[in-house]
Amino acid sequence: MSRGQDTAGSRIGMWLFLFTEILLFGGLFMLYSVFRSKYAVEFHRAAEDLSRTAGTINTLVLLTSSLSMALAVAAIRRGKKNGSLIFQGLTILLGCVFLVIKYMEWSAKIGQGIYPDSPALLGLSHGEILFYGLYFVMTGLHGLHVVIGLWALIFMLASTLRGTISGARFVRLENSGLYWHFVDTVWVYLFPLFYLIT
Amino acid sequence: MPEQPDFYTTTGNKSGLWSWIFSTDHKRIGVLYLFSLLVFFSIGAAFGLLMRLELIAPGKTIVEAATYNAFFTLHGVIMIFLFIIPGIPVSLGNFFLPLQIGAGDLAFPRINLLSWWLYMAGGLMALMSLFLGSGPPDTGWTFYAPYSIRTGTNVTMAVSAAFVLGFSSILTGLNFVTTIHRMRAPGMTWFRMPLFVWSLYATAWVQILATPILGITLLLVVTERLFGVGFFDPAKGGDPILYQHLFWIYSHPAVYIMVLPAMGVITEIIPVFSRRTIFGYKAIAFSSMAIASVGYFVWGHHMFTSGMSDTSRAVFSFLTFIVAIPSGVKVFNWVASLYKGSIRVDAPLLFSLSFIFLFSLGGLTGLIMGSLATNVHIHGTHFIVAHFHYVMFGGAGFAFIAGLHYWFPKMTGRMYSERRAKTGWAFLFTGFQLLYFPLFILGWQGMPRRYYDYLPDFHPLNAASTVGSWILAAGLIIIFFNLLRSIRNGGQAGPNPWGGTTLEWRTSSPPPAENFEVAPVVTEGPYAYHHKKDRIL
Ligand code: HEM
Repeated sequence: MSRGQDTAGSRIGMWLFLFTEILLFGGLFMLYSVFRSKYAVEFHRAAEDLSRTAGTINTLVLLTSSLSMALAVAAIRRGKKNGSLIFQGLTILLGCVFLVIKYMEWSAKIGQGIYPDSPALLGLSHGEILFYGLYFVMTGLHGLHVVIGLWALIFMLASTLRGTISGARFVRLENSGLYWHFVDTVWVYLFPLFYLIT
Repeated sequence: MPEQPDFYTTTGNKSGLWSWIFSTDHKRIGVLYLFSLLVFFSIGAAFGLLMRLELIAPGKTIVEAATYNAFFTLHGVIMIFLFIIPGIPVSLGNFFLPLQIGAGDLAFPRINLLSWWLYMAGGLMALMSLFLGSGPPDTGWTFYAPYSIRTGTNVTMAVSAAFVLGFSSILTGLNFVTTIHRMRAPGMTWFRMPLFVWSLYATAWVQILATPILGITLLLVVTERLFGVGFFDPAKGGDPILYQHLFWIYSHPAVYIMVLPAMGVITEIIPVFSRRTIFGYKAIAFSSMAIASVGYFVWGHHMFTSGMSDTSRAVFSFLTFIVAIPSGVKVFNWVASLYKGSIRVDAPLLFSLSFIFLFSLGGLTGLIMGSLATNVHIHGTHFIVAHFHYVMFGGAGFAFIAGLHYWFPKMTGRMYSERRAKTGWAFLFTGFQLLYFPLFILGWQGMPRRYYDYLPDFHPLNAASTVGSWILAAGLIIIFFNLLRSIRNGGQAGPNPWGGTTLEWRTSSPPPAENFEVAPVVTEGPYAYHHKKDRIL
């Protein structure tokens, strides 16, 4: 029973969904602000041990991926299938780069014995335990969203190849793009809160 | 009118069970939900009856303390997350929202089906938590930290179930909001929408805005249990009170998810059975939105004794009183709509009037708890148990049953037995009062909730309450027996047995798969009874 697609309707649905995602992260940001105000000094100290270089590179990677995502949508709007495919591929690639860097960061920390409930972490002060707790949970949840976003984009890439996404019907690509931008935006907040507060 | 085949016979390319569980027709999904809700409600009610049986006499009667703990947890989880929160929106809402705004379906039919699947997955997970792992959860439906993090029972499974159910609820909410914005029939302006639709609209916003907070909170309970992160654990610097805040930021608005659609159903029924237009249409519509928005800022009233500053307690208490105003507005509007109407007390109206009465009792006792001093006295007692059964069961539950009777002819094309419905009502209402009213008194005298035992002084009222639970159960059985039997045996209902004026009554009963033979065009408000005489339907 398909009765033509309602592009504006799909967009409304997507924005509402993104709104729920913001609220989902909102709970964590609330915890962050409560604990940060309670343990300002310890947060400060713990943040010094995170690799600011890795964080900065990752920020650049994600921001660039947002650009290429926007270009992919712009290209399909003008009916340029190949251009869009290239930019979609680039976005996926950059997303993977982000995950690899994130993986290296995490394994370095875990290598030092810093992970939730680890003996080394429990030896530190309360503020530091919570800082790393938030670090792992928030970047973990964000990473999960990157993975979901990547799957969505791979799916879009396939649809574009098959022609079900085209210059005439591109709202799904647009919505996946919105999702991707949302994931980037979350990172834009995570980056200063964890890496730059020293 | 040339008869089109109704939606039960239009199975598409699937057949049997498949034509239901893979259907994207909002009416089929609504019916699917209705039966799923009925199953879970019966399980939840069985737990309730067992608990009442245990409480018939002091000391151990049928189960041990630990089993009782599992009972109230599962009873709470099932009744809240599987019955009353999805409740009216997913069943009656799913079926009638598109019909009432003259649409062919919801905006996202496939997402609608997905949310049923998620609902079933969540439901099965909740039931599985009973049998799998190291014993059924025993935290109460609130999953308070730190106990929920330390207990050895299968809390992880139950919490994940609630998470999945939350996701289902969010999807329903965004589907409804989009539908109401995009799919209204030509001429159906915002203020010509039936008030049931308004109430679903307000509810859907609460679902969208509040449920994610529950999602993240439950997710955190799971990460705490699996990885020991420590956000809610004082030994690691965390704070259990934060859990309570996060939990109630969702769970208080959630009570409006339960009750707003119920109010919507009542608002539909009253004009039809008093043959008058609704009194104060806009006041009712706006009060729904007001409840939905002020409802966000009162969560602290669940935590008056948990440790909060006096200032925040005073503010939360004040806001709690404020949120009672829009509910009061509605009650007065309903009563004013009945005034000088030509009233016919058929089963739907009977249940609606009981709703007004029981909900008012529940709401007024809410004010008793909302004031700081009395709250300390009755916190955590059976007074609370009585209060929330009055609003959730006497309120939302009765409205659900009212709506079922009201729309039964439209959904099935058949009429139920009015006499049986009234008998069932008499049992239900009497049983309800006998079951729950004594709990107010017991709570006031100091009987705490969530214990399988009590002082011998409390025996007589507890025994009365248990007897009430049996009468109530008899009422439920009569009501559902009557409805289920009438699906096959009831007389033909015709398209508009009640003489309703909203759009769903303009199509055949049961409606065809496409809902309307000719897409309706709307030229006036939904409850135009004043010039009914000179109109041919
Ligand atoms: C069949 C009728 C029902 C009976 C006999 C019943 C009985 C009970 C009893 C005995 C308790 C436990 C009191 C305590 O020791 O703390 C309870 C708790 C509760 N009931 Fe019901 N109930 C019924 C229907 C409902 C309905 C329809 C709802 C919701 C819509 C509901 C929601 C709850 C909740 C949320 C709790 C609190 C659970 C907790 O403490 O975690 N009940 N009920």
